[in-house]
Amino acid sequence: MSINWFKYSSPPSFYPLAGKLTPFFFVAAALFTVTGFYISFFVAPTDFQQGEAYRLIFIHVPAAWMSMFLYVVMAFWAGVGLAFNTRLSSMMASALAPTGALMTFIALLTGSLWGKPMWGTWWVWDARLTSELILLFLYLGFMSLQAAIDDPRRADKAGAVIALVGVVNVPIIYFSVKWWNTLHQGASVSLTRSPSMAATMLTGMLIMALAFWMYSFAVTLMRVRCIILERERNTDWVKQLMEQRP
Amino acid sequence: MTWGSVSAFLAMGGYGGYVWGSYGVTTLCIVLEIAALIVRQRKLLRK
Repeated sequence: MSINWFKYSSPPSFYPLAGKLTPFFFVAAALFTVTGFYISFFVAPTDFQQGEAYRLIFIHVPAAWMSMFLYVVMAFWAGVGLAFNTRLSSMMASALAPTGALMTFIALLTGSLWGKPMWGTWWVWDARLTSELILLFLYLGFMSLQAAIDDPRRADKAGAVIALVGVVNVPIIYFSVKWWNTLHQGASVSLTRSPSMAATMLTGMLIMALAFWMYSFAVTLMRVRCIILERERNTDWVKQLMEQRP
Repeated sequence: MTWGSVSAFLAMGGYGGYVWGSYGVTTLCIVLEIAALIVRQRKLLRK
């Protein structure tokens, strides 16, 4: 069986597909969250240095990963929209931005609540924290620039420029703990060496990361459906869709 | 099982405010995001 993937690159056919996929992602997110919470609070042991405070890691790290990952995905779709002038790619970029900003906010806030008991301060201007804050401003800049331009196609193009330029910040965040002396600890998990944490802690963190991932997909699909309806409301297919509804 | 009692679980070894504060705000953000999207979707599909 072959599937014609290009079929789904047009808003009229992607809209129902996104609607069908959303519940599955929400269910997956819920299942991963329940499993992740159980491991995080009942299986993972107490940290020998940080006591129970380390249990913040199970939302802090997944949120921080998502904040960077969603930015790259957003920039990718914005770039595709800019290069090939495809409507749906630009809509995807716009749909990802608020969730990315939310993940960045959660990462900063939980980091602050972790910093206070461990470092004795809510905030320091070190490389990791500052570059993550810049990421939040990039998301907000992208969103407000798009909101300020009336013509959606011009808004897409202007947003894409910010999104693509801002991509440089992502490796800076990731490597900041290596390149500079920071108060923030180095990566506990990396692709090049074995993780420096207990296996159950790592499992809990990875499952929570999957939960955040599924959640992000679900809300992004919900939002892209709204954006499609807003932008295509004058087209025949949306008018038909509205008529069919009771 | 790490916790002897419910109160020990809530206390989180003295870090309860920080740990539950984080989980609370994260939950609140997620609930608000979903609620905002449901409202937006309903408004669009009305009329």
